[in-house]
Amino acid sequence: MRSILSILIENEAGALSRVVGLFSQRGYNIESLTVAVTDDPTLSRMTITTHADERKIEQILKQLHKLVDVLKVSELTDGPHVERELMLVKVKASGTKRDEVKRNADIFRGQIVDVTQSQYTVQLSGTTDKLDAFIAALGEATEIIEVVRSGVCGIARGERSLRP
Amino acid sequence: MEMLSGAEMVIRSLQDEGVKHIFGYPGGSVLDIYDALFQCSDIEHFLVRHEQAAVHMADGYTRATGKVGCVLVTSGPGATNCITGIATAYMDSIPMVVLSGQVPTNFIGDDAFQETDMIGVSRPVVKHSFLCKKAEDIPIAIKKAFYLAASGRPGPVVVDLPKDVQNPKLKFPYQYPEAVHMRSYNPTLSGHKGQIKRAVKALMAAKRPVLYVGGGAINANASADVIHLAEQCNLPVATTLMGLGAFPGTHKQSIGMLGMHGTYEANMSMHNADLIFAVGARFDDRVTNAVDKFCPNATIMHIDIDPTSISKIINADIPIVGSIEVVLGQMQTMIAEMDALKEQEDLSAWWQLINTWRERECLVYEKSDTVIKPQQVIEALYKVTKGDAIVTSDVGQHQMFGALYYPFKKPRQWINSGGLGTMGFGFPAAMGCKVALPDEEVVCITGDGSIQMNIQELSTCMQYNIPVKIVSLNNRSLGMVKQWQKMFYEGRQSHSYMDSVPDFVKLAEAYHHVGIRVDKPEDLEPALEKAFAMKDRLVFLDIAVDPEEHVYPMQVKFGSMQDMFLSKTERT
Repeated sequence: MRSILSILIENEAGALSRVVGLFSQRGYNIESLTVAVTDDPTLSRMTITTHADERKIEQILKQLHKLVDVLKVSELTDGPHVERELMLVKVKASGTKRDEVKRNADIFRGQIVDVTQSQYTVQLSGTTDKLDAFIAALGEATEIIEVVRSGVCGIARGERSLRP
Repeated sequence: MEMLSGAEMVIRSLQDEGVKHIFGYPGGSVLDIYDALFQCSDIEHFLVRHEQAAVHMADGYTRATGKVGCVLVTSGPGATNCITGIATAYMDSIPMVVLSGQVPTNFIGDDAFQETDMIGVSRPVVKHSFLCKKAEDIPIAIKKAFYLAASGRPGPVVVDLPKDVQNPKLKFPYQYPEAVHMRSYNPTLSGHKGQIKRAVKALMAAKRPVLYVGGGAINANASADVIHLAEQCNLPVATTLMGLGAFPGTHKQSIGMLGMHGTYEANMSMHNADLIFAVGARFDDRVTNAVDKFCPNATIMHIDIDPTSISKIINADIPIVGSIEVVLGQMQTMIAEMDALKEQEDLSAWWQLINTWRERECLVYEKSDTVIKPQQVIEALYKVTKGDAIVTSDVGQHQMFGALYYPFKKPRQWINSGGLGTMGFGFPAAMGCKVALPDEEVVCITGDGSIQMNIQELSTCMQYNIPVKIVSLNNRSLGMVKQWQKMFYEGRQSHSYMDSVPDFVKLAEAYHHVGIRVDKPEDLEPALEKAFAMKDRLVFLDIAVDPEEHVYPMQVKFGSMQDMFLSKTERT
């Protein structure tokens, strides 16, 4: 089961390593991890995607909560939520491929953010699935040079929130 | 406001925290702190011969008293030498504060002389850690360290102190915080009322209940509450290796230690129970045996202060997060409110069954006229000390013999490394106990393997006159390893011999202690009597025991709790 965990953590040196260390030390996997400071500069918010069964997810949530620096933990995939990932892809775009890449970017609502005579860099945001599909489509249209993805970040829909 | 340097703040904070004893070893990065310590008469420092022993001493000190032990070491090797000790404390939830020196802040990351990332190295084995980058941070870091170490599920906390932060020439205003609040840290103390009601009902409805008590009951100082509940409900009580003493081993309701080397009656009771009430225990693999075969017909109730311990290994049907002392108090109130005792099931059939298991007398062993049996040493020790000594242990066969053959009357009387299983723990831990409680008789049960893992501390004992007794069950081999090799590796004794055990008597004497060698069964008790009569001397009893003896009962691997070897020839 794929889970997205949201973590509110003290913005202090070493806090990130405690979270990452917990995952490696207890044999949990991290598929993606994003972290940045929140509107409150003393707090960081982290989003982790992981794969585990329900029992293990419960244990991960409890273990995270046990870390002294962690304020709040919640499982986003527990309820309706919005999740997004940002991707930048640098591709070959010369000859007929140039138009094909542009068309694909338009279909996926991507933006071309950098251009050279022979290459495009496309920016795309969306769910992990959408990004995967875009890479597959681009791969058929042209040669992919470089891909960078931000990892998932997410927020609950509706009134539910993760505040200190 | 008073102006102090960083180094002075460290010592003053310890004084304000009420620290009376500290265990450590000086070095380049902590010279300023040691200089401040030199000028402080309230804190007694014990110089060990290896930093690991300092941590075990602080650990023993803590386990014997409940007071948070404190360690001071230098950076690099001083800090890394502490790791085994810290991990030992972490696994057994022992509160402790370790102050480590660090290279100056502007050198951090440059691979400076004696630099180690102590925060990083210790991270998996601490409850929390602090790196003080400014002198002004020291008092609050130390306050938080002591608070975190002792509250919630206790554990070791590291405070890393770079050398420049200690600078004796730079003075800053000092004030020790009275209280500390951390928004991200709020351990749950009282249990959920609805759950407590369910627990009381389940307990009263149980026909075959077992109270399964772990070290958490000792950490929470909840022994009296455990005894009260057990007596009130006439419950059989099994204790873990860490829980020994939380319920008196001499009590008629005690069924002894459970688990891998648990008694027949404890393991049989667990397997056949319809209700298991775990109190401050964590269903360790040395208790459960195969998890899928664990206590098939039991409802599991579990009180623990740490939510991660609940349903980690065995799913709890009635989980209660909270301090054991508080939750058991709440249960008492609930029992009275509900007038629940009059609803309680009759347990006489259950006790009859348990008594038939007791009749098996699983701890009886074959005695000999010519060779001393290890079990016999522990029985003699019990007799000579009248069951009143504080007993520490190393790790191996002697540890299990100690746990099984010395019934502990009270909490904090049995001190051993249960979770990590650290050989070399027992002797320095005993020293820590003796420092904390100089009027108590303190004895370390050890073996010829374990004692050599921290034997250098004979020197510390000489310096500070710490008169512990060492009872070494010398079987000229690594007994537990050998037992496994005999049982599971067709007797191939790969590197489990100690072909060159030293003359321990001479070794003890080299440090101006007393050494006594015992070879014959008839000399055993007199030798122990003689040793314990020497109140002010460290006595090393080197006792030659039967090297062929195994620890029984022993659970059969991959089996249920009731699958046990009972001797070399019998199994359930």
